Amino acid sequence: MLSCKDVTLLISESMDTSLPVGQRIGMRLHLLMCKFCSRYERQLLLIRETVRRIVATEEKPGEPPGETLSEEAKERIRKSLRNP
Amino acid sequence: MPKPANHDPSEWVDRYGDYLFRYAMIRLRDRSTAEDLVQETFLAGIKDRKSFSGNSSESTWLVGILKHKIADHFRHQARKAPLEESDLREQPDSSPFDGSGHWMNGPTDWGGNPADLYREKKFLDQLTKCLSGLSPNHANAFTLREIEGADTGEICKVLNVTETNLWVILHRARMLLRRCLEANWFEKSVKKGS
Repeated sequence: MLSCKDVTLLISESMDTSLPVGQRIGMRLHLLMCKFCSRYERQLLLIRETVRRIVATEEKPGEPPGETLSEEAKERIRKSLRNP
Repeated sequence: MPKPANHDPSEWVDRYGDYLFRYAMIRLRDRSTAEDLVQETFLAGIKDRKSFSGNSSESTWLVGILKHKIADHFRHQARKAPLEESDLREQPDSSPFDGSGHWMNGPTDWGGNPADLYREKKFLDQLTKCLSGLSPNHANAFTLREIEGADTGEICKVLNVTETNLWVILHRARMLLRRCLEANWFEKSVKKGS
């Protein structure tokens, strides 16, 4: 029998690789019965999805920038480009 | 083929500086490192302008250089602070499981409408804080996998770890990050809402 501790590791692994069929079935059966582990999986997937969307939004050129280079940094970099 | 838009490097800082900086910041979470790598990217771009084929835009080409610089930085960090036993083991005092592997404190209900989370500007700040609280190996593995979208073979090479160890590192990183977000974001916003 898989414990919740075992299943959390399998949930994470299943996000990076395809599990052998036996492990996958064991994990899915456990998730059907375990409220906490199935919530854990949903939350990890939500974090993944949210991170992806944030990255996509942040990296759209022309998007109003959140973090910007300070003026000092810009000046320093400009200078270094003039005398590379 | 039309000649690609090709700007003089003296315009690069104003044209691409903030964009590249933002790209670096979300991965490195450190202003001065991010500034340095943006500068190095421009310098490498000047030296290597011939490699700009014009099949992509100039900004995509520069991002490609920056990507390599960031991976080099992670490689360097992994060499400086190689994987430790404690990166792989659960700290006994922080384990959410009892001796038989059952949840002692299960994940709480996050409620609300978490699908819209990415729109909340402050959530990125909290995510950044939580990632900064992880060990560099955990944070960099998570960054490469979830932000960069790298496959695990690539990540093993950058961090110089075996695949089996990487599964454990990613598992630990996700578990710690989830708990940090729960404590500092979700539980607070549930209370705020009620």
